[in-house]
Amino acid sequence: MASRPRNLYEKIWDAHVVERRDDGTCLIYIDRHLVHEVTSPQAFEALRLSGRTVRRPDLTLAVPDHNLPTTPRVDGAGRRLPIADPESAAQLAALEANAPAFGIRYIGPTDAEQGIVHVVGPEQGFTLPGCTLVCGDSHTAAHGALGALAFGIGTSEVEHVLATQTLLLKQAKSMNIRVEGALGFGVSPKDLILHVIGRIGAAGGTGHVIEYSGSAIRAMSIEGRLTVANMSIEAGARAGLIAPDDKTFAYLKGRPMAPKDEAWDQALAWWRTLPSDPGAAFDRVVEIDAAAVAPSVTWGTSPEDVVPVSGAVPDPESFAEPARREAAQKSLAYMGLVPGQRMQDVTVENIFIGSCTNSRIEDLRAAAAVLNGRRRADNVRQALVVPGSGLVKRQAEAEGLDRIFIEAGFEWREPGCSACLGMNPDKVPPGERCASTSNRNFVGRQGPGARTHLVSPAMAAAAAVTGHLTDVRELMR
Amino acid sequence: MTPVARIEGKAIPFGRANVDTDVIIPARWLKTISRHGLGRGAFETVRAEPGNVFDDPVYADAPILIAGENFGCGSSREHAAWALADLGIRAVIAPGFSDIFSGNAFKNGILTVELPRPAVDRLMEVARTDPIAIDLEHQTVITPFQDRFAFAIDPFRKHCLLEGLDEVGLTLAMEPKIAAFEARQAPWLKPAI
Ligand code: SF4
Repeated sequence: MASRPRNLYEKIWDAHVVERRDDGTCLIYIDRHLVHEVTSPQAFEALRLSGRTVRRPDLTLAVPDHNLPTTPRVDGAGRRLPIADPESAAQLAALEANAPAFGIRYIGPTDAEQGIVHVVGPEQGFTLPGCTLVCGDSHTAAHGALGALAFGIGTSEVEHVLATQTLLLKQAKSMNIRVEGALGFGVSPKDLILHVIGRIGAAGGTGHVIEYSGSAIRAMSIEGRLTVANMSIEAGARAGLIAPDDKTFAYLKGRPMAPKDEAWDQALAWWRTLPSDPGAAFDRVVEIDAAAVAPSVTWGTSPEDVVPVSGAVPDPESFAEPARREAAQKSLAYMGLVPGQRMQDVTVENIFIGSCTNSRIEDLRAAAAVLNGRRRADNVRQALVVPGSGLVKRQAEAEGLDRIFIEAGFEWREPGCSACLGMNPDKVPPGERCASTSNRNFVGRQGPGARTHLVSPAMAAAAAVTGHLTDVRELMR
Repeated sequence: MTPVARIEGKAIPFGRANVDTDVIIPARWLKTISRHGLGRGAFETVRAEPGNVFDDPVYADAPILIAGENFGCGSSREHAAWALADLGIRAVIAPGFSDIFSGNAFKNGILTVELPRPAVDRLMEVARTDPIAIDLEHQTVITPFQDRFAFAIDPFRKHCLLEGLDEVGLTLAMEPKIAAFEARQAPWLKPAI
């Protein structure tokens, strides 16, 4: 039977339809559910109030990350230290009570595997190609790097998935971002995704699921692909996908929760059928030339406010749309920048290397390579490096990266979301500037009044060394 | 969820346009583990204004809120709906709502009624002295002065509100289909440990 060529998104969608309604809404089966402490308490509360249970605790994994402090978690005698903030402590306590009460596997603050949910999922082999995966957090899109259809949900939906293992959804449109060619010297996957968002805009992917393809994506490591898929949400898309290939399979093989033996072979046979068929249609196609991507930085308070690091702060008057002009003016007032100012002249007092976008081993290696034998500039007040998980932290320590960071004047922290969002003690003080490897430069995201410049790990390291935004290529020669 | 058929009583004549979710419930209230108790933080910045309608005893326990254009814009936080529910609000009348807010309100059994500007203005006037009623069955807002304003609502939402059905309950009614789907699933989908 000749069937219409389908893209990756359509294949995963079709394989998960439990029931299709007349209005096109589908009941979609959810294969994997990640739960963290901030968006789950009310969902568990609702289950309790209605006397409901968790349908598939075996498909659910709970890990605290958002408001855990990244300072040491045990004292000298190995006793767990309390969390000072009463509300954070209450959210953590709620998760610690809810997970066992509902039979859900829980990785706690002192477990070696603990980390940011979006780092832990792939690392444990919980995330698999062709699966549907959800979490009450918008950066769930990251898991699409392994070919999983992954997206963030709200608390009512968390409750819905816990109780039914399904969601009622309408199929989104599909967009193909094709990146051909090779990324240049000193240019990272983070620079690529910033460039893409700058090009299509922060609302460019609205209503779409993006599939990233092309030779530059195929050449990228799984860590790099996770960085790219992660920021699909900043491009307005609900999810990002990358076709699983031999790199994906090699990455997953032997991971604790990944299929084993015969089950692995069966899974692999299906995974190989997932990539978009030749001639599969997309609602929109965007072509990107990888060679044209430069190390990038943001200047404003929207992730689309991107320029090459060699560039300057744009003049708001240069934008055609009045709304964009007004937004740019507001951004510049908040950021304390003036039109025409060279990005490389912007000094920074804070450096943050971490978040689910850039806290994996490869990110830490890239930053350490720049920092090796160097020290942070005097005007840099605080430099944090926060590994994405306990396993990343141990791996980095085994490679001696922690020494490089500490000698460069960085603080080597425990895993968590940290300064990516102003919810735990790691914050950027009002009016201060941060070169950050996280994903959002929104007003107040890293703390009230904090000014964020999104960059790659190598670029954050370069800014730490010089004390201002810097083209990392100059330090790599 | 409690079925919603007729909501009757005092209405708070707030009337402000572009009320975002930060105004409904400021961010500092979000670090909670319950849906309940958020009423204390609801409209905190508005309540700091002397003579505000929320602290006027005339509107104590009012089940209806009247607002201006684009009510509930901003973030997707469901806490905004929880805060209104905790205040005892069961319906909001406005010339327009943000999509995400009305979805969240519906999920929490709060009816959002969209009416043209002149109708909302008239209801603001009536609310200062008299109660108003919302008849969901007949999709009409009624005042003691014989005003009748018809409103539109998605038939599925109307059905769910009238029957007190929540989305989880509706999906659980399809349990056999979910179980059949699971029976077809590949064995390797179960995580190894
Ligand atoms: S690191 Fe930041 S973006 Fe990622 S899950 Fe945590 S708070 Fe969200």
